[in-house]
Amino acid sequence: MENRTEILVVGTHEDILKTILRLLNAENAWYAEGVLGCEEAIAKCKSHAYAIVLLGGGLAEPEEARLKTEIKKIHPAIHIIPHYGGGSGLLYAEIHSALGTRT
Amino acid sequence: MAQTVLHTAASRGGADHGWLKSYHTFSFASYYNPERVNFGALRVLNDDAVDGGRGFGEHPHDNMEIISIPLSGALEHKDSMGNIGTIEPGEIQVMSAGTGMYHTEYNKNKDQRVKFLQIWVFPNKRNVEPRYDQVKIDTPEKPNTLVQILSPNPEDAGVWIHQDAWFNLGKLEKGSQITYSLQKKGNGAYIFVLEGDIEINGQPLSARDGFGIWDTDSFSIEASAAAEFLIMDVPMEF
Repeated sequence: MENRTEILVVGTHEDILKTILRLLNAENAWYAEGVLGCEEAIAKCKSHAYAIVLLGGGLAEPEEARLKTEIKKIHPAIHIIPHYGGGSGLLYAEIHSALGTRT
Repeated sequence: MAQTVLHTAASRGGADHGWLKSYHTFSFASYYNPERVNFGALRVLNDDAVDGGRGFGEHPHDNMEIISIPLSGALEHKDSMGNIGTIEPGEIQVMSAGTGMYHTEYNKNKDQRVKFLQIWVFPNKRNVEPRYDQVKIDTPEKPNTLVQILSPNPEDAGVWIHQDAWFNLGKLEKGSQITYSLQKKGNGAYIFVLEGDIEINGQPLSARDGFGIWDTDSFSIEASAAAEFLIMDVPMEF
């Protein structure tokens, strides 16, 4: 995983999570892990410093707000971004945009 | 006073993957222009051509209203809700991604390209139950009239989405003029020219040019040559 951008994907739907992880992990520069729900996401962030947390669909707004607050307390510089999808469309652009790797 | 923005066809981003040729009016995939991310709630306007038998493998969507309008050929869709559909010119397809769904999109035919517009609109409601629909577009009874193909209302003509947006297809004969009135205060209109030449409030536009107009109640469209175009009336704040 050396030099790869590590991404945590938080979702609510197992099959969609698998699809997102497959697409992200197809990129050599990225390594993505997925969790279902807030508790597991916060626990993961306590034990590991991800560069990006990607919020998938199905999370209620209070859950998203809580994740942002809790995770930012642990890692203030982390990027927490919404996921809109689209495979090579917006999904990749979301990551690059957060990292500032596209001009 | 009306505000406007012009995006000429040649200024669009693009991608040529061999089997896929795509033009992006707004930032998408490898095209990123911070000044061209969206027009109000309109986030994506892609003008795609896919070779015979090829297409987009399984990919996810969340919390977006996704509209596909075929221009030629046939596009086959399969999704995680169990829907299988094919759309052809004269039809429109809509998906509300909501809490999340995934799908594939393939050119149904082996021997011809499918050309289509794919449009993404931010919804006005998050985490709705994912939904798929496709309908035939009504043929206008009179020449030089607009045909509504999308609205926020399930009872209205065309498909519906979770946003205060209205789409109309227009077809004008050379020299014809119409006035378009925006549907809602705070909305703006983004006009994408499919064929021919038009002028909007005097601004000349040709095929695949895009023009946004807001802070106005209405505007005029005049055809300087026979023309077809799409008007996307969307909230500027959402």
